[in-house]
This record gives sequence, C-alpha cells and structure tokens, in this order.
Amino acid sequence: MQSIGKPRKKFEIGRALWVLPAAFLLFFFLVPLGNILLVMATRSGVVSANAILQPLWFTIWQAALSMLLTLALGLPAAFIFARYNFAGKGALRLLTTLPFILPTVVVAAGFTALLGPRGLVNGWLMQAFNLQNPPIAFMNTLGAILVAHVFYNTSVVIRVVGSALVQFDPRIEEAGKVLGGSPWRVFREVTLPLLRPSILVAALMVFLFDFTSFGVILLLGGPRFATLEVSIYTQTLSMLNLRMAGLLSFIQLACTIGITILYTRLNGKRSVPLMPRLRGETVRTPKSIFEKTAIGLMVAVLIVLLVSPLAALALKSVLQTDAATQTSSLTLAFYRELFINRNDAFFYVPPAKAALNSLFYAAVTVLISVGLGLTASYALVRQRGLKRWLDPLIMLPLGTSAVTLGLGFLVTFNKPPLDVSSFPLLIPLAHSLVALPFVVRTIQPALASIPASLGESAASLGASPWRVWREVELPIIRRALMVGVIFSFTLSLGEFGATSFLARPDTPTLPVAIYRFLSQPGAMNYGQAMAMATLLMLVCALAIGLLDRLQVEGSGSVNSDL
Amino acid sequence: MKKIIFVLLIGALLAGCATKPVGPLTLTVMTHDSFAISESLVTQFETENNVKLVFLKSGDTGSALNRAILTKGSSEADVFYGVDNTFLSRALEEDLFVSYASPLLEQIPAEFKLDNQNRALPVDYGDVCINYDKAYFASHDLALPQSLDDLLKPEYGQGSGNEGLLVVENPAVSSPGLAFLLATIAQYGEEGYLDYWQALKDNGLVVVNDWSTAYYTNFSGSSGKGAQPMAVSYASSPAVEVVYAATPITDAPTASLVGDGMCFRQIEFVGILKGTQNEKLAQSFVDFMLGKDFQEDMPLQMFVYPVNPDAVLPEVYVKYNQVPETTGSLDAQLIADKRDVWIQAWTDTVLR
Repeated sequence: MQSIGKPRKKFEIGRALWVLPAAFLLFFFLVPLGNILLVMATRSGVVSANAILQPLWFTIWQAALSMLLTLALGLPAAFIFARYNFAGKGALRLLTTLPFILPTVVVAAGFTALLGPRGLVNGWLMQAFNLQNPPIAFMNTLGAILVAHVFYNTSVVIRVVGSALVQFDPRIEEAGKVLGGSPWRVFREVTLPLLRPSILVAALMVFLFDFTSFGVILLLGGPRFATLEVSIYTQTLSMLNLRMAGLLSFIQLACTIGITILYTRLNGKRSVPLMPRLRGETVRTPKSIFEKTAIGLMVAVLIVLLVSPLAALALKSVLQTDAATQTSSLTLAFYRELFINRNDAFFYVPPAKAALNSLFYAAVTVLISVGLGLTASYALVRQRGLKRWLDPLIMLPLGTSAVTLGLGFLVTFNKPPLDVSSFPLLIPLAHSLVALPFVVRTIQPALASIPASLGESAASLGASPWRVWREVELPIIRRALMVGVIFSFTLSLGEFGATSFLARPDTPTLPVAIYRFLSQPGAMNYGQAMAMATLLMLVCALAIGLLDRLQVEGSGSVNSDL
Repeated sequence: MKKIIFVLLIGALLAGCATKPVGPLTLTVMTHDSFAISESLVTQFETENNVKLVFLKSGDTGSALNRAILTKGSSEADVFYGVDNTFLSRALEEDLFVSYASPLLEQIPAEFKLDNQNRALPVDYGDVCINYDKAYFASHDLALPQSLDDLLKPEYGQGSGNEGLLVVENPAVSSPGLAFLLATIAQYGEEGYLDYWQALKDNGLVVVNDWSTAYYTNFSGSSGKGAQPMAVSYASSPAVEVVYAATPITDAPTASLVGDGMCFRQIEFVGILKGTQNEKLAQSFVDFMLGKDFQEDMPLQMFVYPVNPDAVLPEVYVKYNQVPETTGSLDAQLIADKRDVWIQAWTDTVLR
C-alpha cells in the first residue's frame, strides 16, 4: 500500500516544481529583457554590419581560446586537489576561489602592480639584466585578456570538476587496472569519459563568462579590443545608439542559445548512474617522485598565476610612499581612514556597513538561487521533457548583456512597490539570475547520478520521502550543493555592473565602494581602494572558509552514521 | 498547485516592500555616480523645505541619462542633475525637462547658459586638461609643452620602449577622453584633427580605455607610479592630490598644462523632469544648487568649479590648480550631431 501511495505523491510535487524557477525567470528575466529589447528596437539609430561582425568574431575566438587555457590549467589542478593530500591544500583551494569575487578595476590594479611597466616583475628583470626598458609588455595586450580570464575562471573548473572527481567510485578505475589497463589507458578510457559531463559543464560556464566578458576586455585588454558586450556598452552609454545596442544584445542572446544547444547535444548521453562515494576514498598522499614534482609544479603555477596578484593588492594596501624621499614604508593609514568621514560626505559609508550590505545581498542570493536551483534540478531530472526549454532558459541570463538587462530592470521596475528605491531585493534577484545556471549545472548532474534503486530501497524499508531526501539524496548531492552555494555567494559579493545600476547610493556594496575611491585622484583614495579590496577578499575568504568547513564536517558526520 | 505557488511568490514579493513610509514629501534627484554633497547641506535643505531628499544614482553620465530617457514620464524622479555639454542637445531633443527661469540665473555668466529656454540650467564646470608629473619633468630637464602642437615634438615621444610620454583615454568609453578629442577638434577643425591624432600616434601616444587606468596605471604622477608623465585628467586634479595625499604634503605632485586650446570645458546642468508632481519643490532644489552654499560645497565634494561667481573657491584650489585662460569650445548642437562620426573616425585613425 505504502509503496504505491508514496511515489504517486512524489510524482505530483515533481510535476509542479518547474513552476517556481520558470516564474522567477519570467518575471525577472524575460519581462525586463523583452521590454528593453522592444524599446531599443523602436528607437532610431544607425546600424552597421561591420560594427557587428568584428566584435562578434573577436568575442567568439577569444572566449574559445580563454576557455581552452582555463581548462588546461584547471583540469590538472582539479585532479590534484581531488586525488592528493598535500601541505597547505585547504588554504590554496580557498585562495584560488578568491579571484572570482574581485571587481575588474581591482584585478587590473593587482596585475599592474605585478606585471605593469613599473611592476615588481619588470623592475626585478630590469635590475637583474641591467635593462633600460621594461622587457614585459603586459597591459593592453591579448595576453592580458587571456591571463585575466584564466585568473578569474580557473576556480570554476577546480570546483565543478573537482566535486565530480571526489565522488568518483574508485572501484571502477581499479577494475580497469585489474583487467590489465595501463594507468594512462584507465584514465583515458574510464576516468575521462565518466568525467565528461562535469568537464563539459565547466567548459560551458567558462566559455559563457568569457563570451560576455566586459571589464577584463575594457581595463586589461585596452581600447584595441572590443567584445559584443563592450560594444553594447559603448553604443548604449556613449553613443546613445540604443537601436544598435539592442541588435547587438539580440545577437549575443542568439549565440548563447546556440552554445547551450550545442552543449546539450554534446552532453546528450544519459549520465551513468554511479554509486556515489561520500568521503574522498580516493584521496591519498603523493608517493613517487613524479607525483611529488607534478604537484609541486602545479602548486607553484597556481600561486604565481592566481595568488600573487592578490598578494600584490594586499601589499599595496599597507604600503605608502613618502612624496619627498620616494621611500616606501608600512602603514595602516588607509584602513584607519576608511572609518573616518573626513569631509562630512552625505554618501559616506563605513566599511563595516558596506561589508554588511554585501553579505546581506550575498546571503539572499544564495537563498534564492539555491532554492530555485534545487527545484529546477529536481524538475529537470524527473521530467526529461522540460529539458528542451527550461534548460536553455536557465542558461540564458549568463549570456545576456548586463548593461541591457540592467536598463531592462530600470524600465520595468520603476514604480512602487517594485522599484529600485523601495525594493532592495532587486539586487539579489539580479545576482540570482546569473547564479542560478551555476547552481543548476552543479546540482543536476549529481542528482542525475543517484541510482533510482537507492531511494526505492530506502522507501521500501519504510523511510518517508523527506527522510529519503535528507538521509540518502542530500548527503550525495551535498558536495555539489556546497559548490553551488559558494559560487552564488562569491558571484554576488563581487558583482559590480548590475549593482551599480540598481543599488541605492546609501546602501553600496564593497565593490561599489571600491569604485568610488578609484574614480578620484589622490594617494589616499587609491590606498583606501586597495584597503577596501583587501577587506573584500578577507570577508570572502572567511565566508568560504566557513562554508568549506561546513562541507567537510557535514559529510564526515554522515559517514560516521553509515 | 501552480496557482498556489504563483500566488505565494507574488505575495512574498509584495510583502517585502509593501510598507512605504508616510511622512514629509520626497523629492527624488536622479544623477550619476560622481554626485556628492555634504551631509549638513542635505539636512539644511530638508528642514527648510520640510522634504525628504532621495538620490538615485546609476553609473556614469551616459547611463544616468539613458535611465532618464528610458523612464521618461514615469515620474520616478523630479530632478535630473549631471547632463553635460556633450550630451546636452540629446537630452533637450528627448524633451526631458520643463523650463525654469531661476532668479539665480542672473548671477551666472552668459558663457555657461547654453539653453536659452532654461530647461537645463548650468551648475558647475570642469576643465579637462593634461596633468603632468612635476618630478619627472624636473629630473629629466624637460620643457613643458605650451600648446597641442608642442605635444608632437620628438622629446615627448620617447618614454619607455616605443611608448611616448602622454596617455589619453578612449573617447568612445571615457568622458574626459571625449572632452580631449573635442579640444583637438576645436583647435584644428573637422578637417585637421585626424591629421593631428595621426601625428600624435606616430609620436608614441598611449591610449587606454578609462580614466582610472590612465591615471592610476599609466600616469607617473599618481600613486600608481606608471610610465607616462602626462595624462588627460582634470584641472582640479592637482588640488585633489593634495587633499587626498597619503601623508601631508606641502605641494601638489602634479599640475595641469593650460596652454591655449589644450583644455576643454565640461559644463554640467540640472533640469526639472517633465511629469514631476513636485514642481515647486524641484524649483527650490534647483535654486539651492545654484545658491552660494551648495556652490561652495561642490569643489571639495565633486572636484568641479562653481558657475556662480559669488562662491568662494577653497584655498587648495587657488594654490594648486592652474586655470586655463582660454578653453576649446564647440557648439552643443554640433557635438550632438557629430559625436558618433568623430568617435568612429578617431577610432579608425588611432586604434586600427
């Protein structure tokens, strides 16, 4: 009796689950976007084909190249994080997540401090080899764009592919070895195919991020490079040519749909249900010299590429140069100054308040995007028919122009109660649009990998659906869930574009506060920007550290229950 | 089931925001990110007029103006501040503002009053000029460029590598970048400015996208300690360097090149938005912006110059800023008509 009644009930809830994410996307994505595209289409403006094709082509190939480079670094890094224990692993994993939250202006400052014409590296090389001119030209090059994209997105690959690797059943690989496969052959023919879905997900996310890249192109690539997003920005804000901006936004959307369909095709095969592992049984300490060198090299590369620009920023926040003697000394003056409203400024915001605003928006973003992401993932797993339209719809915001959608919000939500000044939740709602695809893409594969037999056997032993979820499914998807939580959290903390459009001036976030300092001359403003950026990193590091700990403790306790 | 979730969702959304405070009237000012004001002045206006001031900021001048244009008639805001002379004609064409002949306009010099119907009233101005690193020019025993022509001399073309000594911003992205382009058009005319830029490019010109990069990454006079000792910025920047020095300094590390035609004057305007329900209050606010108190507050909050000659400039301005005797000027209508064409032609010449 029970076993007939329960699945039916579950089935009904499952059928209605898609409504929540669909309604969310309808209200806060399709309506504002449709609104603004209609407005843009009806306005006058010159449209030229050349101004479309050039940025389109550049956008595609730089995104593809950036994605390949990010995978080239991220995949081995993910492998090493998932399979080996080494000193400082936790700290390094945390540090590699931080780039994700930093606003581009700050990242540009970090790279300048390292690789700029007067940066540390050039200075050292000039001294060492007695050169007249800085040997490395980094700023305003294609190389800067690629390095910055790798800097930003490697953590996506490490987290997404890493979480799949950790859940891997080691017995499958062992079986391959027992059957006589060489380690390389086992990797190529067993590990890689099983990892394919997660690699594709990571590649898709990274590609879309680079595809809509804006700040990196503008600030590090310089004026010679323009992606579609950069063109939309200049057409909208500088030329006031909304017709052209609308057309470019439409093309960008069409490309995103195409890319998502391509992804779905590539990923078409049903994922192999595996008996997921709860604790990383595959993690071990490196033994051979080869393993140790490989790990050492990888760690070194990650530190140089991902951590050193962060360190340069933190260093700048405590260094001041004496104007007369040109000597540098350590100082906390910039941090102290953050707490003083020296000129009675109306829009002054104490750093703690900016941090609280940021944390509040990030927390709400996590609630919205993880809540909706879970329901959407369940809906997608249970009703394969939804995949055709709900899947691309969820991905779409990732490939949508932030400028266009921001204007769409302003055009659509400008009357109380749903206007910017009386509805502060618009900001986390906008952040959730970008976070949702991440959450779904990480949770859904984990859900799909759960063998149906697992829940059924628990149910037949008398467990309620809630208990089945809590004690069987949740532990399995917990790791993926935490990846989603961390991504939506960091995305929101570092988001600047939509926030600067929608934030009320009296409730700025940390990135908005950083920009305020950087838009004025003066060493004190610059120093305060660096100090604020360091605070942002600190706040984020603490939060991620806490979340990572939660994850470890959570899976540990479940394991001991079993 | 669907319906229930739907209703719950809407309910949840509305619950978060249903309570609007009832109290004194609110006056909403739409503006750009650079707007700043002293807290005491806000309080003063609020108490004198029994009103609550709300500010809506959205990005730079361009995005704030877009917002005003796209939400025209929604009465989201009552006053718009921050449209400058490069955008002025576009704003007037969009018919955003109602006229208001403020009594204070009498005190303001005619050169600032660009709209004869007083839909847009001048508030402040700033001269976009090249800032230079005093220490660099002194230590390299280099003469200061006195004109735009001087910038083509070979001694300003040899910096580090093949880069010259001057960094400018991309006019398609940056407002000071556009202003400097306009200065060259005012100087050399539509027929000559591209040749000038070609020559500048051949002399090692460095172009970056935005002001922050130019000033903090490339300019050697700022704390970024970049490679170029000359950067396009504002005539007020030297004073700001003193106000916001890390350790107290007795002289500005930078100064402006103010030779004939080297600077371009940006004038910012305020207008009362069509469709406002609070026109009287909006007029009071415009008067307030043109009045002495606010005009004297601006220089150290927004680092711009007051248009009202009664306003006394802060001491740092007098001491450290150089004031150009003449600045380039172009008709606002001409700028509105040609801005796209000029920017595109500049892009084709300098960036390709």
